[in-house]
Amino acid sequence: MATKALDYAVRSPSLSAGFASKSPKARVFTVRCSSAPLSTDRAAIGLAERPWKVADARLVLEDGSIWRAKSFGASGTQVGELVFNTSLTGYQEILTDPSYAGQFVLMTNPHIGNTGVNFDDEESRQCFLAGLVIRSLSISTSNWRCTKTLDDYLAERNIMGIYDVDTRAITRRLRQDGSLIGVLSTEEFKTDEELLEMSRSWDIVGVDLISGVSCKAPYEWVDKTDSEWDFISSGRDGDTFHVIAYDFGIKHNILRRLASYGCKITVVPSKWPASETLKMKPDGVIFSNGPGDPSAVPYAVETVKEIIGKIPVFGICMGHQLLGQALGGQTFKMKFGHHGGNHPVRNLRSNCVEISAQNHNYAVDPASLPKGVEVTHINLNDGSCAGLSFPQLKLMSLQYHPEASPGPHDSDPAFGEFMQLMKQEKQNA
Amino acid sequence: MGYCMNHSDNVSSRLISSSSILTPSKSYLSKPKSVGFFFYSKKPKTQSSSSSLNLRSWLPLLPPTVLRNQVNLVRSELGISATNNDSTNGGVFNKQTAGKRTDIKKILILGAGPIVIGQACEFDYSGTQACKALKEEGYEVVLINSNPATIMTDPELADRTYITPMTPELVEQVLEQERPDALLPTMGGQTALNLAVALAERGALEKYGVELIGAKLDAIKKAEDRDLFKQAMKNIGIKTPPSGIGTTLDECIGIANSIGEFPLIIRPAFTLGGTGGGIAYNIEEFESICKSGLAASLTTQVLVEKSLLGWKEYELEVMRDLADNVVIICSIENIDAMGVHTGDSITVAPAQTLTDKEYQRLRDYSIAIIREIGVECGGSNVQFAVNPKDGEVMVIEMNPRVSRSSALASKATGFPIAKMAAKLSVGYSLDQIPNDITKKTPASFEPSIDYVVTKIPRFAFEKFPGSEPILTTQMKSVGESMAVKELDWDWEQLRYSLRVPNPDRIHAIYAAMKRGMKVDDIHELSYIDKWFLTQLKELVDVEQYLLAQSLSHLTKDDFYEVKRREFEANTPYMYSSYDFECESAPTQRKKVLILGGGPNRIGQGIEFDYCCCHTSFALQKAGYETIMMNSNPETVSTDYDTSDRLYFEPLTVEDVLNIIDLERPDGIIVQFGGQTPLKLALPIQHYLDKYKPLCASGTGYVSIWGTSPDSIDAAEDRERFNAILKELEIEQPKGGIAKSEADALAIAADIGYPVVVRPSYVLGGRGMEIVYSDDKLVTYLENAVKVDPERPVLVDKYLSDAIEIDVDALADSHGNVVIGGIMEHIEQAGVHSGDSACMLPTKTVSSSCLETIRSWTTKLAKRLNVCGLMNCQYAITASGEVFLLEANPRASRTVPFVSKAIGQPLAKYASLVMSGKSLHDLCFTKEVIPQHVSVKEAVLPFEKFQGCDVFLGPEMRSTGEVMGIDFVFAIAFAKAQIAAGQKLPLSGTVFLSLNDLTKPQLATIAQAFLGLGFRIVSTSGTAHVLELEGIPVERVLKMHEGRPHAGDMIANGQIQLMVITSSGDTLDQKDGRKLRRMALSYKIPIITTVAWSFG
Repeated sequence: MATKALDYAVRSPSLSAGFASKSPKARVFTVRCSSAPLSTDRAAIGLAERPWKVADARLVLEDGSIWRAKSFGASGTQVGELVFNTSLTGYQEILTDPSYAGQFVLMTNPHIGNTGVNFDDEESRQCFLAGLVIRSLSISTSNWRCTKTLDDYLAERNIMGIYDVDTRAITRRLRQDGSLIGVLSTEEFKTDEELLEMSRSWDIVGVDLISGVSCKAPYEWVDKTDSEWDFISSGRDGDTFHVIAYDFGIKHNILRRLASYGCKITVVPSKWPASETLKMKPDGVIFSNGPGDPSAVPYAVETVKEIIGKIPVFGICMGHQLLGQALGGQTFKMKFGHHGGNHPVRNLRSNCVEISAQNHNYAVDPASLPKGVEVTHINLNDGSCAGLSFPQLKLMSLQYHPEASPGPHDSDPAFGEFMQLMKQEKQNA
Repeated sequence: MGYCMNHSDNVSSRLISSSSILTPSKSYLSKPKSVGFFFYSKKPKTQSSSSSLNLRSWLPLLPPTVLRNQVNLVRSELGISATNNDSTNGGVFNKQTAGKRTDIKKILILGAGPIVIGQACEFDYSGTQACKALKEEGYEVVLINSNPATIMTDPELADRTYITPMTPELVEQVLEQERPDALLPTMGGQTALNLAVALAERGALEKYGVELIGAKLDAIKKAEDRDLFKQAMKNIGIKTPPSGIGTTLDECIGIANSIGEFPLIIRPAFTLGGTGGGIAYNIEEFESICKSGLAASLTTQVLVEKSLLGWKEYELEVMRDLADNVVIICSIENIDAMGVHTGDSITVAPAQTLTDKEYQRLRDYSIAIIREIGVECGGSNVQFAVNPKDGEVMVIEMNPRVSRSSALASKATGFPIAKMAAKLSVGYSLDQIPNDITKKTPASFEPSIDYVVTKIPRFAFEKFPGSEPILTTQMKSVGESMAVKELDWDWEQLRYSLRVPNPDRIHAIYAAMKRGMKVDDIHELSYIDKWFLTQLKELVDVEQYLLAQSLSHLTKDDFYEVKRREFEANTPYMYSSYDFECESAPTQRKKVLILGGGPNRIGQGIEFDYCCCHTSFALQKAGYETIMMNSNPETVSTDYDTSDRLYFEPLTVEDVLNIIDLERPDGIIVQFGGQTPLKLALPIQHYLDKYKPLCASGTGYVSIWGTSPDSIDAAEDRERFNAILKELEIEQPKGGIAKSEADALAIAADIGYPVVVRPSYVLGGRGMEIVYSDDKLVTYLENAVKVDPERPVLVDKYLSDAIEIDVDALADSHGNVVIGGIMEHIEQAGVHSGDSACMLPTKTVSSSCLETIRSWTTKLAKRLNVCGLMNCQYAITASGEVFLLEANPRASRTVPFVSKAIGQPLAKYASLVMSGKSLHDLCFTKEVIPQHVSVKEAVLPFEKFQGCDVFLGPEMRSTGEVMGIDFVFAIAFAKAQIAAGQKLPLSGTVFLSLNDLTKPQLATIAQAFLGLGFRIVSTSGTAHVLELEGIPVERVLKMHEGRPHAGDMIANGQIQLMVITSSGDTLDQKDGRKLRRMALSYKIPIITTVAWSFG
């Protein structure tokens, strides 16, 4: 795993190429593969020693602020965009959500690591995020599914983490000034100025992060949501549909939910040609979530354009933004985005409020969309567009995560609607 | 308050005008006429046709066109042609948009009645919020509550308030008179819910055309009836612990056998705080708990349930609106595992040891449960047990109402659950109500918090000798907040304390860790989750490390580390100040810091919170910025809109001084929060004298307002106080201060028995006792209170059969004194004034005695330079001599009662007087003697403390109070009794057993009972006296004399009323105790003081 992470970070050609071409100031970041696990058994140290760790890491933000902290997981120096997430639970799902590639995730919930990590809660095959920033790292774990501590897990996966940092103060800054670029370092020899310079010369806008996280070859997916975790849901009527899922950084739970709704799924890489997809004659296509800026992946927009109107499609998060662009609309970067599991969304069709899991920094400007496109969901916090539908072209999309994980299951029926869309199409055919 | 991470970047706000989304109700306001038919009509005529109760769900049936227009409006603003999907999704989403109801005008709110264990001031908090919310919406609000010591019963809050007993009969009278359109029963705890059920079942709601809003009858029954609840859970596939419902003891035993193993939990239906319930570890315990449970249950129904001992316990606070939107406000995790009542558990919000999948599962379950139970709108609380070994989930119970946990959740998240629930009950949907804290976002969100909130209950076992300090499923805590103390333990005790849940368990954990016991071992014994134990261990380690280092060896970083940790722990409270955007930016305004009362405990209850709130309201009106400091989350004073700023901080010298430094207020008010802040007065004064901080408004130095701490001390310090009384020629009972046992005996010999003994500086008369002989005095000094020169003991003459008088007076800084009220106690002197029933105006006191009392009170207030309130207690002997017992220059427990009896807001006046106004300015210059009689009665928690005797004495034991008002004393008294839960029989058999001291009055009492048509039953001694007087009496054996005895008569329901006074004989004492306990479990009224029976 560790080598894979390194692969992604340093050698992945498309990623470095992306940086180089879109942002001349870009700098390839380095990660050192060493880890210093935090001692979990404090009793063993004896009371003569300080029962706490001394600050050994820095977080330097592009606004010039420097935050002293304690490190866990991997050590080294890492640059990324700092975003905050307000979820109270689900740090493991967040760690493995490929949409966070290139970002430091700051958790506003102060206690992280309480339940350790386990086998079931992985959302992808590895951790793609740049690092984890938390207030308090749990010194013990308490959960019957726990197989490993968070500290060991991050160390193995070569992801840096810091704790004992005033996450509330940083969050206030992010809310006020918007997302910031930062550098996380455990390397004492690097000066604050060097790190600051590093943060200021790095940019995430316009970078194709998707090709770094997408699978390299198509594969079949069969796992359903485990019966222990499956929740009461209506609208499954036994039909099976063949769905092609474009992996822009897809979360496994999208696939599990589709499987639970009775889909046979083929996952394809982000650059899989539309013509190939059409040849496979699927009942529907999913455009998945993924990291970064939709404007950085014009090839994906082209793929979407070629597919819509021919087959029912469902866009989630990045997929929603790509659909927006494919329809001729515009996307823009939000001040600090939406990251959390408590966003109220109004479903304008049912007039119900759904509490949703969200994770995006870009949004579709609905005013730029052509006639006939219907805004089906809006975020009640800021009125931004959270869902689209265009019955004429058999497409639907959500800006947020109906598959939850982490987050509430209120929007799960959206998968049922997609099934209906495919069913109708089948009947019409 | 809560710092909720709700984004509000207006990226595309131009797309949607907020008015059309957030407040569509406006457009509906004009529509109600078209739907009049579906609404409840006030005329009974239309009712007669419907055979069922009018509980059919309310459909805000808006013509579909309105809905469509609404959606179109949004869409057209979005610049998108409105492709109407009504045809495609009509079937799936056939929902009606909710909106404010205009068909109801007048709403009746039921309060919670007196404060009892399991139902404390959190319901004053919720009721107050509900009143405010509904009035804000323009409804006429009528309120019923028998508890005068509440903010919600203040005149300004509801349009009309009935301080009347909360019984179906009397509430029905109010319904008849007021004819409200709707009844809101979910704000007054279990009392209100049960009352609503009773009203509905006796047909009163139907008769007067009153609709239940908030929770319908079906939903209440489904949630509260154990059988229906289990069935409902089965319907939606959610597990409940193996259990059965029994209505007789035999049935219960059958269920126990079928479950097959102990321990078993017994939960009576329709009770609050788990009254009558418990955990049984063997068949004997099982039978006794079942009996008391069956007696306690309104429906004679108990649930016998497999104990999930050691499982983790979680609670979720759920809200639902009429449009079927559901949100979870907060998750709460109990540190104490299953088996301890959640009110007694240390709890943490949000839940700490759940992964997302596990939490979401509980969330899904909660939503399914609230829908299945059919709580249409409002808040509910769902409790789950989770097996720590494999994550198996079972639902324990759900409360379809605002609860103690919701008060905690409200304060923790800043989401005002009660207020929202009130608005939802009149038809609003969650997305139509703006969030009060953020103002920008709708209330339909799930708060996310970036801090952790811990609730620690406050116990009162020391007040109930004889009851075992063990925590079970029945709630025993009286208040909430933080208390830390260090205890010495030996290993055996330690193990026991860890294993058996008890109030000191958290201290036992600390002690065990200090001795090096491993976290795993502590977990084995206590079942407390290791995660919490490790957190505690970390604190212990840090402490041990610091103790091991000498101060000079600590580096600056060390200090920073520890202090910062401490600061981190404090941040949530600091940050939870009202003004969360400017996290701690004090203003330059004229301002006042009000110190609250901290956790509720016996002797210091809601009354003080009442005073604090009034002070805040009055001073806000007078142009001051008010700053409240309190640590009790259940109170109105810690509500986000009571004061301008709120500090959720423990009331310690250090914390208060920190806030003084930060805020630098013009004045500090200490006399409204009871003894807790009063004790801080002197240290604060010393600090102010030493550092002389300038106030932030720039108009002088920070000072304590009102009576000076020195005067307070003069009244508390026995020696100084005695000197003052001597100087003023005020009489007090003979007595002295004993610094040794010899001293005490000498004083007693000098003044003669009986004497009252108590430690100096006490709260609620703690440790106070009446003793009749030398050996009793010695026993007392040996067992109850250690006497030494540092902690002297007061020995005073006990005035037998004296009448006790309570006086509340108000004085201004110009030397004017006005008597607020003179109250006559119905019990004789010696019963703590907080436990005693009292009336205003006095009934039996001669005018000359009253004059003495008035003149002494005035003299004393002037001499002590009282500025604000003062409370004095007097005793008047049978011969008409007056003695001053006690004077407290502060707000007393009786202030709310007096205020309501005389119709003058004393606390408000007091705060204005303290800000410099004179009584003339306030036009309060004369004592008010009302025409009607008001009676206050105390409510006692004996039934919660098994094994404890039910006597009243000088130590206060009541947890709350009720009030009855009428023009005739007897009716006012009866009303108060009914309100306090006593069902006084009008005929039947009375059991009389009087001790020798009170036997002289026996004949009179017996005659009176005979006159009322009672039969009299007595044991030998009493019967003998009666027979001598020629009064017909039936003899019954004492319990130690053989059977059938008095206890059997009680058990057989042959006795309806008991009058028992305490007796000197040991055997008789034991008997008496048993009898009183039995009476309690069979709910027979007991009268333990002679004075009462005259009432």
